[in-house]
Amino acid sequence: MEKRYWKGVDELNNDPEFVRLRNNEFFEHLPLNETLQKKAESDSSTSRRDFLKFLGFSVAAASLAACDAPVKKAIPYVVKPEEITLGVPNYYASTFADGSDYCSVLIKTREGRPIKIEGNELSSVTKGATNARVQASVLSLYDNARLQQPMAKKKRTEWTAVDVEITAKLAEQAAAGKKIAVVTSSMYSPSGKRALSDFMAKYPTASHVVYDAVSYYGMLKGNELSFGKAVIPSYSINKAEVIVSFNADFLQNWLSPIEFARQYGETRKLRNGKRTLSKHHQFESMLSLSGANADQRHKIKPSQQSAVIASLYNKVAALTGGTSVTAISTPLDKSLDSIAKELAAAKGKSVVMSGSNDPNEQVMVNAINFLLGNYGSTINLDRTCNLKNSNDAGYAQLLSDMDGGSVGAVIFWNTNPAYTASNPKAFAATLAKVPVKISLSDREDETAQGCDYVCPDHHYLESWGDAEAYKGSFSLMQPTIRPLFNTRQAGESLLKWSGNTNTDYYTYIRSTWNTSVFPMQNGMSSFDAFWNQALRDGIFEASFVIGGATSFSGNVAAAANLLGKPASGIEITLYEKAGLGNGAGGNNPWLHELPDPITKVCWDNYFAVLPTYAEKMGWRQGTVIEVKVGNSSVKGPVLLQPAMADETIAVALGYGRTNCGKAGNNVGFNAYPLVSMTGGVLNYYATGVAVNKTVEDDYTFALTQTHHTMMGRDIVKETSLAAWLKDPKAGNPPELIASPEGPKTPEELDLWKTKDEPGFDRINHSWGLGIDLNSCIGCGACVIACNAENNVPVVGKDEIGRAREMHWIRIDRYYTSDITKENAEEKGLGKLDMYGEMEKPASDNPQIMFQPVMCQHCNHAPCETVCPVAATTHSSDGLNMMAYNRCVGTRYCANNCPYKVRRYNWFKYSDNDQFPYNMNDSLGKMVLNPDVTVRSRGVMEKCSMCIQRIQYGRLDAKKEGRRPKDGEIKTACAQGCPTNAIVFGDFNDPNSQISELFKDERSYHLLASVGARPSVFYQTKVWNRTEEPVKNHHS
Amino acid sequence: MHKESELRPPLILGDKTWHDITEDVCRPVESKANKWWWLAFSVSLAAFIWWVIAVSYTVGTGLGVWGLNKTVGWAWDITNFVWWVGIGHAGTLISAILLLFRQKWRLSINRSAEAMTIFAVICAASFIVSHMGRPWVAYWPLPLPNQFGSLWVNFNSPLVWDVFAISTYFSVSLAFWYTGLIPDFAVIRDRANTKWRKRIYTILSFGWIGSAKNWQRFEEVSLVLAGLSTPLVLSVHSVVSMDFATSIVPGWHTTIFPPYFVAGAIFSGFAMVQTLLIIVRKVLTLEDYITIYHIDMMNRVILITGSIVGVAYITEFFIAWYSGVEYEQYAFINRATGPYWWAYWSMMTCNVITPQLFWSKKLRESVFATFIISIFVNVGMWFERFVIIVTSLHRDYLPSSWTMYSPTWVEAGIFIGSIGLFFTCFLIFVRVFPVIAMSELKTIVKSSTEGAKKKQAATAKQETH
Repeated sequence: MEKRYWKGVDELNNDPEFVRLRNNEFFEHLPLNETLQKKAESDSSTSRRDFLKFLGFSVAAASLAACDAPVKKAIPYVVKPEEITLGVPNYYASTFADGSDYCSVLIKTREGRPIKIEGNELSSVTKGATNARVQASVLSLYDNARLQQPMAKKKRTEWTAVDVEITAKLAEQAAAGKKIAVVTSSMYSPSGKRALSDFMAKYPTASHVVYDAVSYYGMLKGNELSFGKAVIPSYSINKAEVIVSFNADFLQNWLSPIEFARQYGETRKLRNGKRTLSKHHQFESMLSLSGANADQRHKIKPSQQSAVIASLYNKVAALTGGTSVTAISTPLDKSLDSIAKELAAAKGKSVVMSGSNDPNEQVMVNAINFLLGNYGSTINLDRTCNLKNSNDAGYAQLLSDMDGGSVGAVIFWNTNPAYTASNPKAFAATLAKVPVKISLSDREDETAQGCDYVCPDHHYLESWGDAEAYKGSFSLMQPTIRPLFNTRQAGESLLKWSGNTNTDYYTYIRSTWNTSVFPMQNGMSSFDAFWNQALRDGIFEASFVIGGATSFSGNVAAAANLLGKPASGIEITLYEKAGLGNGAGGNNPWLHELPDPITKVCWDNYFAVLPTYAEKMGWRQGTVIEVKVGNSSVKGPVLLQPAMADETIAVALGYGRTNCGKAGNNVGFNAYPLVSMTGGVLNYYATGVAVNKTVEDDYTFALTQTHHTMMGRDIVKETSLAAWLKDPKAGNPPELIASPEGPKTPEELDLWKTKDEPGFDRINHSWGLGIDLNSCIGCGACVIACNAENNVPVVGKDEIGRAREMHWIRIDRYYTSDITKENAEEKGLGKLDMYGEMEKPASDNPQIMFQPVMCQHCNHAPCETVCPVAATTHSSDGLNMMAYNRCVGTRYCANNCPYKVRRYNWFKYSDNDQFPYNMNDSLGKMVLNPDVTVRSRGVMEKCSMCIQRIQYGRLDAKKEGRRPKDGEIKTACAQGCPTNAIVFGDFNDPNSQISELFKDERSYHLLASVGARPSVFYQTKVWNRTEEPVKNHHS
Repeated sequence: MHKESELRPPLILGDKTWHDITEDVCRPVESKANKWWWLAFSVSLAAFIWWVIAVSYTVGTGLGVWGLNKTVGWAWDITNFVWWVGIGHAGTLISAILLLFRQKWRLSINRSAEAMTIFAVICAASFIVSHMGRPWVAYWPLPLPNQFGSLWVNFNSPLVWDVFAISTYFSVSLAFWYTGLIPDFAVIRDRANTKWRKRIYTILSFGWIGSAKNWQRFEEVSLVLAGLSTPLVLSVHSVVSMDFATSIVPGWHTTIFPPYFVAGAIFSGFAMVQTLLIIVRKVLTLEDYITIYHIDMMNRVILITGSIVGVAYITEFFIAWYSGVEYEQYAFINRATGPYWWAYWSMMTCNVITPQLFWSKKLRESVFATFIISIFVNVGMWFERFVIIVTSLHRDYLPSSWTMYSPTWVEAGIFIGSIGLFFTCFLIFVRVFPVIAMSELKTIVKSSTEGAKKKQAATAKQETH
């Protein structure tokens, strides 16, 4: 018989009251619904008592909830999208093209969010290289200063409404015969150009004006004068044996810096049997990144440049049989002699570049290149570069038309002339005269402020797009996330206003490619297949035949006569910084916090001045001066910068934005007013500058490095090519320690007796990094790549000023000093004075050295032994690890780190209004890498050698039952490096690239004598010089 | 009974009887505090409140409110920690080592010196906790059973040794101090004429009845604790010094640190005892018990340890030169001539030059001079730790990371506040605890008071006649 149990007698009796209660477990009436319903206060059955009860309950519940860490729920997909697997990133090929930089990229997305930019190795242009600005561009997507909907007269509106209004107004202006101008930055998108021509077809009075804040118009004109076509050629610096640059900072800004950095890096490698280096001469007034890397750097004042070029032309002409021109002699004639000889000896394998915007100077440079036979080898006029096509004259004409009232409507697309204008007030007045003003800017920037309509464009990571960077080199841009806001692609806006029936930009691009790109190949017969392949690869390379011989038709003599003459007095030169560039990405805190590669200043621009000159003028670091050029004057602080030309001030453009967003507003000062228009081109230097010292208090800079010399220590090891060819260990003698048995290597004296070979006794893998100081150009791409990969917080100017930057990788920059250990005695200096003097960088023309330093992952890590709670330990595969959860924050590890790479969370950097950057708002946090913990306050952090990437690569290989292949796993810094200076790999794999490199005689461990046995090694810097480098260390 | 030569100077002035001692020592406990005490107490308390504010602000906001940076990870925090631990050492030396060496002159000063030790260690410990990034997990460096799996502390780390050293030191010192207090509490209890005082001191005196067995056990425990404390005098600061000596920072990595730190600790500790007792003997009119002889004796210790410290400084320089190591040499050149030269020379002046004045007997016996010099030594020893910590860290191996350090108001608040905490404790101590170990002191009444000496001299005279 079945057993029965009763809950009680009530159930047995089946009492009706019990049955009622059983069926209605929560019988007590809860006034929830009444409370939640929106009733009038009086109707509510909630009494004052109830209210107090709820209040009491919520306070109690809230405080109880506050007692524990909040539980954050991960919500899985109910229906998994086919292409998204949680925890597995997807990569999409795309294109970064902001009118200043061009880069073919791969976008890493996680769970549908783009979080990291990598270079696209399939691109023949950028070959997988990136720079800091490209790396940082992902953060701009999550910028809450972006407009979230179209604006009409500063009021939020809808697209339909704004389209109706704009179309009507444009039609009205066109009907009245008024001009309509579309102002863009350099335009090289085939579909964009097509959209523009569609627009111009609809509005016959419309025209396209290209305006770049930093213009290459002079170069286009120069080439027109020289070769009859206004084009910019492509450069193959990797084929050059001798590189001569006149103020062209081709490693950081000039023309196509990402591409050039990769090419330059190839010429600076000494591996795989390559035993030659390019010889790089840089003539410049300021110390640029390119100048810092030059084998020989020659200081000139900006106004001397033309004369020096003319003089070089004559010397080259004399050697190659060209006609000479009248030239003024310069103090550099002697070095020019030898440079001319070097150039002539490397005929067809050299390249001469000039960063000048003066067409005549470009003609001279073209003439030199032509005499040297560089066209067709290192310079190609047929594979034209489309990256820069601004027209200074056209823009000037537009401004005068606007002033004259003949312009009825103006549309600004990816350009911000109100900010970059020489005279912002005048520009505003001019703009106000135009009846219809439309900005396609993604934010209410300086220009959009003066516009009637702002029709915000997508971020490039939300956009479809295409580019033809070089003739025949196409690339595609594809969206990697749904538009975050109610924005619209700029091209689509133009299509709408053109009355185009097909306004879907994707189909529009497809049709452009179908008609104009698809026919350029014959491998594929189906457009869909072609399109899919191009989209997957991100690029399409059309094969085309290089045209015939180039003939130079320029008038050198005439050009030489028109060259500027050396001036006397103070001169100023304008440049762009590695981070901010021309200032377009002004609200990106990563870029603001990137230390300038040379000055190591964050969050500022300044007037860089030679220290001895500043002393003569009575200026100190931070003295606020007022600089006057013509009618424009700009006020800013002085920064003492060794290696500047005498009587020259250098100042960076791109700062002093007023309407870009919270992070970037009013950082530094705007130097664009110092740009002048001379001879129909924009001019980025000025002579006859008037400078006044103001009475303002000294300004304080935030520097990440306040000591600039190596103090005679073996930190960056260096040698000359001549010495290295004789002895591959040149400049890299072993560090010996005095012992009772004579000098010994640290390994011989090691108490642990670890095997002296790569791998350091690790059983499975032994990960490490190799850094080639010879190809590191110090650009800082790795720093931003690391920021993005590892969720490194932005801490702001104040904290940087307190030496509390959080970057996991830094690039140390050292200058040589006049006094060295070797020459101190002969100069009559005692030891104390010697050290004092060695702290001072050589003011005149010091040599500059870069050294990226991250956690060295020491195999005898000094940090690991001192942590009381074992929060930092060693992994079995050679990594020095940090358990943030375990850290109690004594900072002992950081004190004991000889490399000073550990970074401490002095404050809570996320969700803290004191640090109003991307980690403080939910939008900005979307950039965070979900594989990396956001660190809390009071804990130590540091480079993990991208352990998440290592783990991912290992697991991937494990799934396939194999070991990870060499090169399969890359750290963010190694992947972002434009010159491949950083190599990641496994020392336990004898065939890995890193094992090969470590065997090289140039390899050394930083501070080897400390005996920490790092997993990171460096390779000696080799200068392409015949003489020994300036001795800066003892051996 | 213990006999002492009448030629030795008396340890207690005047013709004190046992009852006189009881009266003199109990007076501060049984009478009301004067306005000077209240003034001193208010100032100390105010400073202590600043400490509370500064520490709360630090814990609430983050260590960023201090002046530390990526290169200088320790500065005033650990300077103060080492300074306070060092100060504590005199108390232990007086009560343990001088007990074992049967130095009777310690009897008048050991109680206050031990109290000073306890309070100084409390101050020191506060810096250990407050310098942590996450003080709420300050117990993690203790090897406690836990739920984190097999997670254990890192026994290689000198900071773990520190935890053991300081906690042992504190517990042994506290036990030693309290044991000594028991018979004295019993005296106050027996004299108490109010209900609460009686109750409190009854509890505090642990049922002491003064029986022979009580005294026998008291003597045994004292001896055992003295035996335990003696190695601590040497070990605690040796361990503290290893925080630096076992590291690889040039200027820290120095093998002479353990003896050098111990000497420095005793040096600074005696200076602090002088500072305190010179005030205490005056304010509580205990000049008969804490005599010029005591002051002279302590000044001799200061002179010796100060000289050891001076030799250690010079040895460091010699070794830096002799090592031939670039980084080591620069660290010391930078100490003396770098941006923190003023700290180095303050240290040299206060620690090496001023104590040498004590070669003069006149200065050794001058209360005023002693007070001034003791302050100099206290300041100098603070600078010593600052110099070791900050000037070594701020310029170590890679010049790219060299920085400067300057403190914020928060750090100043915590330092000055810790002095406030110390004096608050000490001022309460002088009002509620017997500041002289009267029961022990009474053991020398028959032999070492001025009166006893005179009697002895008179008897001796009679005998020769």
